Amino acid sequence: MRVADNINAALHSVLAGDERAYLIGEDLLDPYGGAFKVARGLSTRFPDRVLSTPISESAMTGVAAGLALAGDTAIVEYMFADFLTLGFDPLVNFAAKSVTMYGTRLPMRLIVRCPSGGGRGYGPTHSQTLTKHLIGVPGLAVFEMSPFRDAAEVFAEMLALAQPCVFVEDKILYTRRMHAVPHPFTASVRDGVAYVGTGEPPDLVLVAPGGTAGRAVAALHRLLIEDEIAGLLVVPSRLYPVSLDLPPVPHVVVAEDGTAGGTWGAEVAQHVHARHFADLAAPVTLVHAAGAVIPAAPHLEREVLVTAGTIYDAMVRTVRG
Amino acid sequence: MLPALVDAPDQVRADRAAMLLIRHFETALLDLFARGELSGTTHTCLGQEHVPVAVSGLLGPDDHVLSNHRGHGHYLARFDDPEGLLAEIMGRAGAVCHGVGGSQHIHRPGYLSTGVQGESLPVAAGLALHLRRHRPGALACVYIGDGSWGEGAVYEALNLAALWHLPLLVVVEHNGIAQSTPTGQAMAGTVAGRAAAFGLAHTRITGTDPAAIRAGLAPLVARVRAGEPLIAEFHVPRLGPHSKGDDTRPAEQVAALPDWYPALAAAAPELDRAQRDRVARVVADVSARPPAEWTDR
Repeated sequence: MRVADNINAALHSVLAGDERAYLIGEDLLDPYGGAFKVARGLSTRFPDRVLSTPISESAMTGVAAGLALAGDTAIVEYMFADFLTLGFDPLVNFAAKSVTMYGTRLPMRLIVRCPSGGGRGYGPTHSQTLTKHLIGVPGLAVFEMSPFRDAAEVFAEMLALAQPCVFVEDKILYTRRMHAVPHPFTASVRDGVAYVGTGEPPDLVLVAPGGTAGRAVAALHRLLIEDEIAGLLVVPSRLYPVSLDLPPVPHVVVAEDGTAGGTWGAEVAQHVHARHFADLAAPVTLVHAAGAVIPAAPHLEREVLVTAGTIYDAMVRTVRG
Repeated sequence: MLPALVDAPDQVRADRAAMLLIRHFETALLDLFARGELSGTTHTCLGQEHVPVAVSGLLGPDDHVLSNHRGHGHYLARFDDPEGLLAEIMGRAGAVCHGVGGSQHIHRPGYLSTGVQGESLPVAAGLALHLRRHRPGALACVYIGDGSWGEGAVYEALNLAALWHLPLLVVVEHNGIAQSTPTGQAMAGTVAGRAAAFGLAHTRITGTDPAAIRAGLAPLVARVRAGEPLIAEFHVPRLGPHSKGDDTRPAEQVAALPDWYPALAAAAPELDRAQRDRVARVVADVSARPPAEWTDR
């Protein structure tokens, strides 16, 4: 099953299982089914609860917040994560704050889904990963789709939190197969965190969000074959707040899309330094996209984005010192 | 025009009592600020008290009110709870929101205010969508000012309200000035023209008699409940500063603004005194309370 189909199935199950659940966004109606087809079939099956809006990110997010305040379940689909900037006020200033700013905790079942990341040649305003801008907002949690976890499980976790959650979905990931890892790696899940390794005690831990998982696994595979270094990939579904329990290893690398500066990776590094300092031989290494806008032309885009090669090089540098 | 003693004297007395309560409450707040007993900021609705008093009389228990930064009158007209509101503003025990929200961020079942201009309209559209399905006949009533029309979220929400036939009542308190900027320097065209652009019903209200206002609004509000959104634009004076001590208008310009209060105080001196005394007792009571505690985070 492809990742997009897995998310689609999860949306079907949320709307089928909760008669107060809505999906709200742009161009959702069949036969179009959303720009990345993740909403396919939903408007036909739930015509009253799939609301295709005008091009109005602020309003669609505010409407979802109103529904969530009234006790409904609201899932918002952004066409591109870049457009979160247009819905930042209703999300950050209103929905997230409403959980606590009225003095008594108000449950808000609200998920904002955002197709993120580059690799498709969409250029500077349609390729970003905005995770860093969502870190540390009271009342807001950040999750990311991973090929190693059923989206339905992650949706259930987000809804159980009863607070607004952003769900990052990497656009390249949509077409990838769920649960696929190359031999000799296997994937397992514990407490909402996926671990991909060989089963041997690792020399290095690579922490990465779901969207970079494919590149991360490719980099680890090369590290094992070419350098005989065993790495363990750790992919948390909930990015923030950060909570990770790592095996004792001397080297930790964090790879993420997005530019350096005030990042999720820095939060992970701080967390790892505080919890695992005694085990580390060196500070945590951060891997980010280049500090540039994301170009449209494929060869230029490759120069900017995090690739399997970038991650591999960083891991080798980290281990070899 | 005063609330007239016509055929429903209890209602008239209730309207007068509510308008006077709000007036004395707001005046007391400015007084508390001047004495250094309030922190932060507050926005009084002096001159606009009749709007929520009129509108609240058209609302039922299932209706949802969304208020803004200038919302004390909206709250008091809906709940007659000056103790809870003052405690919220002063951060004292018994505060509606335990002192977390303060003047601009109040929530009770069926009522919510937020301090960001235009932010509440899409939320109101969402609540109206919910009400249409689960409480047919109920509406979402959102108060905004003339200054709110500078915000894009207002237009996105009005477009949705019209497209989706939402039971949404938009009450515009058009007081002619946004903080320090006269409307003429901030709004091209008119509110009526904006309503027309979306195909939305619009009505303009200039009086201050709640009963007369309700009589005119009632049939339009009945249509809102059936899914025809309405923009009810009240032309009102802002008799006080934007927040406190920040009025840049010449004193004689403010003094020349119409005010319902002197005539009503002369017509109903006992009620006026009773409400003034009530507010004084609330101020004394709340001022003596311990600080609010925030436990349910």
